[in-house]
Amino acid sequence: MLHEPAARIETDKAASKKAKLGVKMFLFYTLVYAGFVFIGLTRPEWMGLEAIGGLNLAIVYGFGLIVLAIIMGFIYNYFCTRMEDEMNKQ
Amino acid sequence: MIYEVSNLAIIIFLFIVGLVLGLSFYFARKTKSASNYYAAGGNIHWAVNGIAFAGDYLSAASFLGICGMIAYSGYDGFLYSIGYLAGWVVALFLVAEPLKKLGKYTFTDALDSRFNSKHIKLAASISTLIVSLFYLIPQMVGAGDLIVPLLGLPHWIGVVLVGSIVILIVATAGMTSTTYVQFIKGALLVVFSTILTFYILNNGLSLTPQENYHQFLQTDATVTDDGTVQVADLAYSVKKTMVVDNMVFVQLEKGGELYWFNLNKDGENAVLDEMLYMTMLPDGSILYNGAPKSEGKFYQVGHLSKIIVDGQEVSETGPLGPFEFLKTIEDSEVVRFSKMSFTDGADKVTVWYQNVTKGEDVMKPGLLYKLSNAAGATNWDRLNFVSLMLALFLGTSALPHILIRYYTVPSARAARKSTIVGISAIGFFYILTLYMGLGAMVNGVLDMESSNMSAPLLAKAFGIGLFSIISAIAFATVLGTVSGLIVASSGAIAHDFIDKYLQLEMTDKKKVMAGKISAICVGIFAVILGILFKGMNVSFLVGLAFAVAASANLPAILFLLFWEKTTAKGIAWSIVMGIVTSIGIILFSPTMWDKYGLVPSDAPIPLDNPGIISIPLAVLTLVVVSLMTQKENSTKTIKN
Repeated sequence: MLHEPAARIETDKAASKKAKLGVKMFLFYTLVYAGFVFIGLTRPEWMGLEAIGGLNLAIVYGFGLIVLAIIMGFIYNYFCTRMEDEMNKQ
Repeated sequence: MIYEVSNLAIIIFLFIVGLVLGLSFYFARKTKSASNYYAAGGNIHWAVNGIAFAGDYLSAASFLGICGMIAYSGYDGFLYSIGYLAGWVVALFLVAEPLKKLGKYTFTDALDSRFNSKHIKLAASISTLIVSLFYLIPQMVGAGDLIVPLLGLPHWIGVVLVGSIVILIVATAGMTSTTYVQFIKGALLVVFSTILTFYILNNGLSLTPQENYHQFLQTDATVTDDGTVQVADLAYSVKKTMVVDNMVFVQLEKGGELYWFNLNKDGENAVLDEMLYMTMLPDGSILYNGAPKSEGKFYQVGHLSKIIVDGQEVSETGPLGPFEFLKTIEDSEVVRFSKMSFTDGADKVTVWYQNVTKGEDVMKPGLLYKLSNAAGATNWDRLNFVSLMLALFLGTSALPHILIRYYTVPSARAARKSTIVGISAIGFFYILTLYMGLGAMVNGVLDMESSNMSAPLLAKAFGIGLFSIISAIAFATVLGTVSGLIVASSGAIAHDFIDKYLQLEMTDKKKVMAGKISAICVGIFAVILGILFKGMNVSFLVGLAFAVAASANLPAILFLLFWEKTTAKGIAWSIVMGIVTSIGIILFSPTMWDKYGLVPSDAPIPLDNPGIISIPLAVLTLVVVSLMTQKENSTKTIKN
């Protein structure tokens, strides 16, 4: 028994392009995140080194990961919306 | 800890709970169909849904658990904030839109949309139920913790209260009311956490965090060659000396009262520092600092022993900017209270000794998750850290109660936009957790019996009004999250299992009825578990739920979306492997060994976070089984 989604979904010609962009952005963020884990694992003392404005690397990197996720979210939405508007109009 | 109950707190609490219930009943009138019950009819506005995402996600674990963990263990608690938020990247970039296109009401529908497989229906519904239950436990524990200082009632009553209210909400309304409850609660939580952070920064740092903060006793001592401890101050007499893990604890008597002190030696000099202690007598009764709980001798703690500003030692700072606050703590010295237990004759004694910790160690990973060789980190410690970060990163987009929120919006575009609104609100809140946690750490508000109460107790230090509002919001947080989880669980039982797997013939009305009955059963079960797990940090418990979700569900979702050779049996067996290995590792972990009353270091698996083993095993199972069952793949329906 197969069934349709709760809300009607129209065909989205931009779907595969958006998915590719999503994968690329995911891989980029994963690299940055893995960098944080890698430093914690192999060079934990680096986390205490001063990075920016007197704050240590742990704080700057940690805040950075949170802010980066938000900024990348907005960038992703901007490009996806543009792709949808352009490709679905045709 | 004994708390004074405030009438204002009770009034605000009742008002917020009343608001939540009123809202639920209002929307309940609109819930007539299964689509409305499980997916709010699919027509919630993306901005409302986005904040509701924040409401769903910022559960008791985030507000109570993370703040508590930071207050006790510094930056290591903040690792949870980083990991929880990073998980949204997986949700946004990989899962949100494709999943929205696949499903109908539940996570199982989405997984099964290409296969119509009984194996998937059964495995996914069991997985949804197990993950939701794992996530429900910490919410219930948090509710119980909150109710103690808020209403002065025992922990178990808090758990039963939340269970009853939520069962009422869910059984009457479903996803629409849950969404609006989450929307209001998510917004209130972010706003009032911002206000609390403003108070923390404006208050600055001080060596005397509260006017009535406990003055810790300290006395000089000498240690003879045979290890006997003698006290210089003749007002004290030494009653007994205990050596536990290279630490020396001394019981002293002064003026007829008994105290436990910790011996600190610095070369030839030795001093004794007062500790908090709890004694469990053979009859099961507990004394707090030598007296029954009702005498209120178990005071709140947490302070700075040294404040350094621009290289100068000061006694207080005055208001600080957000970065200045972090920098000052990093340069200063914090007194944490570390726990040790030992037996004294027939008594079981737990002490919390003053653990002077450099600010620079508080502000980087290492106090809870040992990472450096200097701290004595083992390979298991390092594996625990990686495992935690992996499970947090991959767990978010595998949580059924988060996934079902994609079905409440009308389109894939709305799903994406609401995810971004959610990430922004959640990210902002997670930055605040560091301030709230550190604020609690140094402002003399910590209750050593419950790390979960750190943030609300910090609010109490700034005024009973703020405390009441924050606690009521935290309680509503639990109500909202538990509602969402119970909707997800009841969906797994009534929709996925009874309707789709067993294929019992039911009218739409009966389906909703089955959902509500399931909700009541899950709710009662969650109440029982909430009482059993009292005393554990809720964020740690949620971390385990993430590990189970990431192991059982995420490989299935990602391979379904991105690997054409995925088969129904591959998905089903990967889910089973993920559940069995993750839960198996948890059950044999040091934390559970401690919970069973055994010695944690004797646990058969020295790993608390299972993700690093269970996630790869689930992926491997999916790939191998899919490749072995490729013949079945030719019959699957591809929908794009």
